[in-house]
This record gives sequence, structure tokens and C-alpha cells, in this order.
Amino acid sequence: MTPLAIEALKAGPHTAEAVDAFLRAHSFPLVEGPSITFVFRGEAEAIHLKHWVFGLPSSQQLARIEGTDLWYLTLELPGGSRVEYKLEVVRHGHGEWIQDPLNANKARDPFGANSVAHGEGYEIPTWIHPDPESKPGKVDELSFDSPTFGRRGVGLYVPARFRNTRRYPLLVVHDGHDYMRYAALGSVLDNLMHRLEIPEIIVALTSSPNRLGEYANDERHARYLTDELVPFLERALPIDARPQARCLMGASFGGVAALSTAWRRPGFYGKLLLQSGSFAFTDIGDRNHRGPLFDPVVAFMNQLRARPKAVSERVFVSCGMYESLIYENRSLVPLLKSTGMDVRFVEARDGHNWENWRDRLREGLSWLFPGPFLMVYE
Amino acid sequence: MPPVILLGPQSHKPDAGDALREAGLKGPVALVTAGYQERETHEGLLGNLGVKTVNLTLHARSEDVFASDAEFAIAYKARQARLKAQHDMYRIRLDHAFEAAKAISVRQLESELMAEEREASVRVLRNLDSEHLMRSHAVASAFDLRWKPSERKVIARHQKELKKLLEPCEAVVIAGGHVASLLYRMRLFDVVRLSGKRPIVAASGGAMVLTERIYLFHDFPPHGTGVAEVLDVGLGLVKDLVVLPDPRHRLSFEDREGINRFVRRIAPAACMAMDDGARIFAERGKVTRSFVHRLLPSGEVQAGWVP
Repeated sequence: MTPLAIEALKAGPHTAEAVDAFLRAHSFPLVEGPSITFVFRGEAEAIHLKHWVFGLPSSQQLARIEGTDLWYLTLELPGGSRVEYKLEVVRHGHGEWIQDPLNANKARDPFGANSVAHGEGYEIPTWIHPDPESKPGKVDELSFDSPTFGRRGVGLYVPARFRNTRRYPLLVVHDGHDYMRYAALGSVLDNLMHRLEIPEIIVALTSSPNRLGEYANDERHARYLTDELVPFLERALPIDARPQARCLMGASFGGVAALSTAWRRPGFYGKLLLQSGSFAFTDIGDRNHRGPLFDPVVAFMNQLRARPKAVSERVFVSCGMYESLIYENRSLVPLLKSTGMDVRFVEARDGHNWENWRDRLREGLSWLFPGPFLMVYE
Repeated sequence: MPPVILLGPQSHKPDAGDALREAGLKGPVALVTAGYQERETHEGLLGNLGVKTVNLTLHARSEDVFASDAEFAIAYKARQARLKAQHDMYRIRLDHAFEAAKAISVRQLESELMAEEREASVRVLRNLDSEHLMRSHAVASAFDLRWKPSERKVIARHQKELKKLLEPCEAVVIAGGHVASLLYRMRLFDVVRLSGKRPIVAASGGAMVLTERIYLFHDFPPHGTGVAEVLDVGLGLVKDLVVLPDPRHRLSFEDREGINRFVRRIAPAACMAMDDGARIFAERGKVTRSFVHRLLPSGEVQAGWVP
């Protein structure tokens, strides 16, 4: 087996020139088969790798190569992994979290950006990038006066070849604006439609100023979507107003919002796309270790687990193996299946983040909304 | 039945023009490109045919029918919705039948019983296909009986125009595209009857539509694994044949078990993979000559099949 590159550097000589040469010769983090080596150069009291891989210690110290200012840490990562991380640089007893200065790969989210390590075999999907061949859909922002919540902004994606004489399925996306910003939803929709992998659909992008409250099995939210927003859109646009043409989608608490809304309005949404849903539950007692914010979720999930019922027709569930919610999501799947709903579950070696959700969109959307690619033979 | 030439895909190396020259057809020819829907009048869908062409614009004509005859349009859309719903239910049954076949295939059974079980699994698939075709056909027949499309004023007018357009044409050339769109528009205007005995050259999806049964397939779908499904009965101008265009991009030749299962599922019809340059010649519904790859029950591919 070829020794890792860092081993050669450790063997010496421990000079600034040797470190320079090492940094010039490689890109970082350094992926060598299943081994991935994180590197930091600079004076500090300590460097820690901070990541969100559930199952590994979330803070791991980098070792310094004696006589140099180079720090390193080697981990074993299963093939296909994708890990978001930061480095904590400790100086004068104070830790500062920074993006890895040696790594150009970043993932943005509402809190900023993380550095990203791609394990061996992981490839950024080609279908997330704008494709000059794909005609971009039109995205507008409209104001909707909800009797329940007052004025709300709703984004609207309309396919490039939109025609008033057609009837389009409707996808309602919780945190839709974030999906557009951080999960490339616009390009993904353009490309999947262009490749005929999904049909042309209209997408409503919702956001909430109080998502943790409204998304946690709140009747007001179900009313807002089902009794107000969707009927409004169906009146205003040529939308196919049948359950099988309606889909609710969401990630994290948005997944809870999608499932609980469908639960409160069984049969209204024929499709659900649930990504890394925060489906906390208890087997005994009513307090989950995740804290009081999850109490209404726990109450809902415990109710669903006690008496599962078919609330939709097809449900796509995805979750990262490196998130703590993998247990809850794996537990949910057999329950949903037991009701007769058609359920597809996909796991990925990734965490609770937007790019994980982005990478699963093709599989989820094309399964829920099969496009005409099977019909077309040119 | 008219003489028929079936061709492979046209998107990479179009050869419909070569086929016309080989057959000595100098044109003009009538074009059916309704599989391309709104793009049906775009140039070059079949490459350069090298002869004068007259596009029958079946897609645009169908749009006119739906816009002009509201009562018929509502009934037609309801029929299509019904067919789609039936197809979705068939698809659920099909998926479960495949799961069952897979579960049975890993059981530790003595070889004779296992062989019988494998046969039974294929029979289940065949029965599902047959039932689906029968039900689709019943919906279409009931619709035709109730609505008599050829007697609708606007359709009759289009048929009259089509007949006139076809008069000077030596042959009909059918492009591929969206097979359901193509099939239902050809049926709506009864194009085969209007074409009479003119030779028909049909490529890719167009070739599928001329057979008796149309199977949709793709071994590399964006999700999971592909399971071939029967769409509907075709126009039946070529008998005892199922054609699979563009196999290089759509078929997994390594999956011998899958090929074996599919070939037995569609038997006694022969299964033809039609790549670039493929040809099947048929007279009176029977294949007379061909240059195609035939998929065999062994899961192997036989090059240059001759009937």
C-alpha cells in the first residue's frame, strides 16, 4: 500500500521549504483512497476539525508536525462521502471557527458557509449547474394575503415553455427560497425538465418567519397551505387540481411541516418529498432528548406511530447517514409503507445540509413526477 | 397492408434519407412528426431526406380539433386521463410482480421447482401486460363507438385535407419522438387507412408505433432500476415483433437475466434492438429482411438477425 503523502512529510526534513513543496504538490483536503487528510498551516495553540458527522467526535484535534507550522489530521471516510466542516484555530486561549483556507469547495447555507470535503467517489452532480441547453424557468415573487398569517411572500417558478392551455402539476416547497439559494433548485428544475426526467411543473416557494413554530404540526400552517395558498394558485394558474398532481416538499422541520400538513388534510396531497425530516418521537414518555422545541413534533410523531394511516399516495424520503436524524427517518419508512402508500427511501453519506438535499432532488422529483423520458424515442 | 421499413434512432446518425434512396423512393413523401409535438415542423428532425416532403402536421391538427370541438375535446381528455390512471395502476402491479419474482428467485428451491417458479413469474408479467392492453383497448373502443371520431365535423375536414396532401406522395415517413403523442394522433386521424398502400418508413418511436405492442423501456432511469412496461397496442402493421430503439443508451446488455426475462415475457414475438443504421423490412405484416440485433432468451444478443 502506498504510504500517505503526509507520512513522507513527517519523515522529514521538517523545513519551511518542505512544507511549501508539500502544499504546492497537493490539493486539500488530501483524498487518498478512503483516507482524507485535513491540513492547516499557521501559528496557533491548537487546531480542531469541527464537523457535523453524527457518529464521529464532532471536534478532533489536528497534530502539528514538529518543527513546522503545519497541522494535520487523517480520517477514514467511506466512499461517496461528503462532509461539511470548519477549522477551529485556537490563539491566546480563544477559538475561532474559520473556513479551510486551503480548500476552495464551499457550501453556503443561511448561517454562512462551510468548507466541504469530498470523499473518494463523490462527484458533484452535473445536473445542478445551469445548462445552456436548458431553458430557464421564470421565477417571480408574489404577495399573498393569507387570512391566517396576513401578507406573505411566495416565490413562483413557472417552466420556460409555460402555456396557458396546459394543466401543470404543483409542487409546494417549504423554505423554497432557501432551496433556490442553497440547493440550486432553479437549475435542477430547468435541467430535469430539459432532460425529460420530470414533466413541466409549477413550483410554489414558501417561507416562514417562524418556521420552528409553524412547521411543527400547526393547524394554522395546514390551513394556510391547503385552504388558502393552493386554492389561490389553482384559481390563478392552469394547475392540475387533482391530488396526484400535488406535492408537498420540505427538509428538516420543513419535512415535518409537509408530513403533518398531509396528515391534517389526508388525500389532498398525492405526493410528499421529505428530506431529513426532524421526525423526533419517543417510545415511552413524551419528552425527546432534543428539547422543548421538538415537543409538538414528538406529540405528532407519536400519534402517527400509534395509528399510521395513508395520507398521500407516494412518499419519497431521504436522509443523510451522517445526521442524527437517520434513526428517526429509518424508523418512519416501515410505518409509512405499512399504510399502503408507495414509499421510496434513499440514504446518502452526507449530513444535515442543503447540498445533501440538493443531491437527492433528481431521484426524488423524478420518482414522484416521472417525466416523459420513458416515452421519447428520437 | 403496406410495405414497411423500420429504422433505428435518428438523433445521432440520421439515415431515413438513405433508406428512401435504397428503396428507390424519390418522393414526394408525407411526413408524420407528431411525436415531436409543438416542434413537429422544425427542420431536420430526420436529417436531410433528399426528397420533397409534405408535413401532415398531425399535432397542430389535433390542437385545432380540441380547440374547435369542445365537447369532443372534453371527452378525449377524460379518456386520456382514464388511460393514464389505468396505466399508473398497472405500473404498481408490475413493480410488485417484479419484487415477487426477485423474492422467489433467491429462495432455496430444488432446481426443477425453481425453473417452474421462474416460468410462473414470467407468466404473471405476461398476464399483467395482456390485461393492461385489453383494458386500454376496451377504453379506446368504447370511446370510438360513443364519439365516432371520423364523423366529427372538424376531424372529417382534416381527414379530407390529409387525403389531398397524401395524394401526390409516394410514401409516408414517420419520425419518432413521444410515442404516446404520435400513436394517439395517428389513430385520431386514422392515418394508416388514409395512407392506403403507400410504403411506410418509420424510425425509432415511429417504428414502435407500427408494431402490435409498444413497450417502454430504459435500464438507466434517474431513479432505481428500470422495468419495461407496455404502453398500448400499436397500429399492427408489423406482426410478431417488439422493437427497442437506441439500445446503446437505453439497454443494459450486461443484465442477461433481465434480457432473458423480457424476451420470455414478450414471446412468441421477437425482440429487436434497433441501433443506428438498423433496418427491418416487412411485407404484408411479416418481416422479410432485416439488419438488427435480436435479443435471445439466453440473454445474449444475436447480431444481424435474419428471419
